[in-house]
Amino acid sequence: MSNLPTPEELAKVDHNPPSKDWMDVPVDIKDGRYCYPSNPASVEYVGLPNARKWDPLAEDWKLPENWQEIILNGMRERLDKYRSFKVFMDVCVRCGACADKCHYFIGSGDPKNMPVLRAELLRSVYRGEFTKAGRILGRFAGGRKLTAEVLKEWWYYFFQCSECRRCSVFCPYGIDTAEITIMGRELLNLVGLNIDWIATPVANCYRTGNHLGIQPHAFKDMLEFFCEDIEEITGILPEPSFNEKDADILFITPSGDVFADPGTYTCMGYLMLFEYLKREYGLKVTWSTYASEGGNFGFFTSHETMKRLNSKMYMEADRLGAKWILGGECGHMWRVIHQYMDTLNGPDFQSPNMEVPVNPITGTRFENAASTKMVHIAEFTADLIKHGKLNLDPSRNDNINLTWHDSCNPARGMGLLDEPRYVAKSVVNKFTEMPVGTIREQTFCCGGGAGLNAGENDELRMMGGMPRANAVKYVHDRNGVNMLGCVCAIDRAVLPNLMQYWVPEVDVCGLHELVANALVFPGEGERETDLRGEPLPGKEEE
Amino acid sequence: MKALYSLFLVLALAAAALVGAGASGMQSLFGIVIPYLAVACFVFGFSWRVVCWAQSPVPFRIPTTCGQQSSLPWIKQSKVENPSSTLGVIVRMAFEVLLFRSLFRNTQMDVHQGPRVTYSSSKWLWLGGLAFHYSFLVIFIRHMRLFTEPVPAFFGLFEAVDGMLQIGAPTLYITDLVFVVAVTYLFLRRVVVPQIRYISLVADYFPLFLLLGVGLSGIFMRYFAKTDIVAVKELTMGLVTFNPVIPAGIGATFYVHLFLVSVLLIYFPLSKLMHMGGVFLSPTRNLRADSRSFRHVNPWKFENVHYHTYDEYEDEFREKMIEAGLPVDKEGEQNV
Repeated sequence: MSNLPTPEELAKVDHNPPSKDWMDVPVDIKDGRYCYPSNPASVEYVGLPNARKWDPLAEDWKLPENWQEIILNGMRERLDKYRSFKVFMDVCVRCGACADKCHYFIGSGDPKNMPVLRAELLRSVYRGEFTKAGRILGRFAGGRKLTAEVLKEWWYYFFQCSECRRCSVFCPYGIDTAEITIMGRELLNLVGLNIDWIATPVANCYRTGNHLGIQPHAFKDMLEFFCEDIEEITGILPEPSFNEKDADILFITPSGDVFADPGTYTCMGYLMLFEYLKREYGLKVTWSTYASEGGNFGFFTSHETMKRLNSKMYMEADRLGAKWILGGECGHMWRVIHQYMDTLNGPDFQSPNMEVPVNPITGTRFENAASTKMVHIAEFTADLIKHGKLNLDPSRNDNINLTWHDSCNPARGMGLLDEPRYVAKSVVNKFTEMPVGTIREQTFCCGGGAGLNAGENDELRMMGGMPRANAVKYVHDRNGVNMLGCVCAIDRAVLPNLMQYWVPEVDVCGLHELVANALVFPGEGERETDLRGEPLPGKEEE
Repeated sequence: MKALYSLFLVLALAAAALVGAGASGMQSLFGIVIPYLAVACFVFGFSWRVVCWAQSPVPFRIPTTCGQQSSLPWIKQSKVENPSSTLGVIVRMAFEVLLFRSLFRNTQMDVHQGPRVTYSSSKWLWLGGLAFHYSFLVIFIRHMRLFTEPVPAFFGLFEAVDGMLQIGAPTLYITDLVFVVAVTYLFLRRVVVPQIRYISLVADYFPLFLLLGVGLSGIFMRYFAKTDIVAVKELTMGLVTFNPVIPAGIGATFYVHLFLVSVLLIYFPLSKLMHMGGVFLSPTRNLRADSRSFRHVNPWKFENVHYHTYDEYEDEFREKMIEAGLPVDKEGEQNV
């Protein structure tokens, strides 16, 4: 983060557009706002087109000779396959309601980050190449030809959108920029224009089962290492199952939580919860090393890549004979599971032996997951708490004054809003909401979603995260909030840096870290510290 | 610049009608041929566009969820903003189409010293949009008295309510005023707000000027030129009964009005005005958000997809797995 301006400098955002028409403003690829291009080996491994080394700052992007034809054919194909794409190309009236809803526009002031204009980058080519008026009248009808310059602009701006869908909440026609960006990125992938922060996790996930490329033995090691930590703190040694064939439930969570703080504490939370449920109620949960990734960076590549990575969940549930799948805390993972998974892979890979999810401890039938057969852990834990199945001591979290960050995808691609709040309020005594307009369906992105949490685009992330951080600062200053809770692994990776930059007094945690801190095991000795090794309330002196 | 182009274009169209139907005496062209052509273009064009959209399938269920999902029975679902039932979708769509629900959410973002970012309620666009669309609708319905004989009481009712202020003679219609004010507002925000000006195209200004032209020429006819309404009705009834006639004594302003309406009808299916049909087909609004409880079927298939199976995975990592004490499917087969 060497070239990153200070927060004071970065906060001086000019939202006024330049005087020149946007079609006449050439793309200027700025340091700190773009991600490095993909490693050719990763692109090759999953068989995606045009794997080669290339440099976004160079004039020549080493495109295939017939790149225009590839892109235009790709557009035609997608217009025919996706009504969303076709309708969204046609119906925008450019009312501008979406303009100041995008966190990247709010934070950067770059007019091409206004959702409407981001879509117009693609729409202008649609008009110029696919509609009669645009083909004949050109600029006068708002049409453009697909040139190398335009393609570069696409690449730059479609990787400055985190597909968070906030704009689509405000659009009178429900135009969803995520959908536009998804199509834009799919087209870019056809000619080998991806970023490494997406392409390499995709290749890793394809091969090792998770984005981080953790091999099976290491995955087991890492979780067992957490178990030792847990034993040190609580005196309880969890004994998780891996690739077990007679378990009731297969558990899948993002590998980010296995890898980096503070997600690791959430991961420890899962381990403790499952150990508790095993000891108290005999519940058998297994982890998988083959399907060791909840997230799906294929979603940021193409629908097909999403399908290829997602298929492992059903294949593994089938192989292990699990009745249903429990999913951990993750954002876009849940967009994929909630809105795509059963359609994408249900017919091909869902085993007929899977059952409508029933919580064997409470008897609750998760009717809302009857077809997909996959339950969110916040739904699962909320159900346990509601039925009094967990012995909780929220006072252990009394050093925490919590506020809740609704993660974009669970909020706007699912509607998981009150389950995590119910759980959080059951395990934490001090809870403060951020201002209306920044939470629930109007929540702001962390600034690094949809594969944009690379190191090199730090300026973009700090800009894009500014609206979120600003709302956190508000409740920090007014209400003494010191912890930002969330149900997303990307959040847990992005938000700590963001807080460090804008509101250094606030820390970040996942939901099940809080649950595990409050969870009282039968016969457990007195705990001195929380999962982070910080003294519990009242234990500071000792 | 784009606004000026559009203005000149509309003025040129008006002038064409003025000269064509006035000075050159081509009343039949402007009073009969073009209106028929325009209605045909509108009906066919509109249907064609909708059919085109409908031909593209909806492979995935992608509603934008704007409220609590249906999950545990004791958690209150937002049945309209995150509908899991068809009734919920119908109500959601009705709110969207009739009340512009999403636009009602609109906020205005401001960055203050600190920095402190605020989001305040901003209903002007919603109000302006609603005022324009509803006044246009009422004006449209009022015009139906020109195309029916006898005039159903229903249309008379609209006239009575619309003219209830009883100002002037002929009575001022509230919607005439609202229409002009609303369209002017929609135009002004495009030129005054820098961001909106930046995103605006000729295709955004042109329909506004066209609508304003339609409105102003109508108003001029009614309140100032006092066009012979009986003659106009003879013409319009002739059109709907397919016995077109050109009665004498209709001023040129009428032909300007009619021509601009015709242009609007022809332009409609070619333009963003198709949002009128598109709003009903938007997959982020018109689908149930229940894709975990019921399988949504994609009508097309992905071809030649490659998967990385567990067997391939175990083959690569078997030795390491056995060493780490992880269960494997093919115990005996060591890696070669």
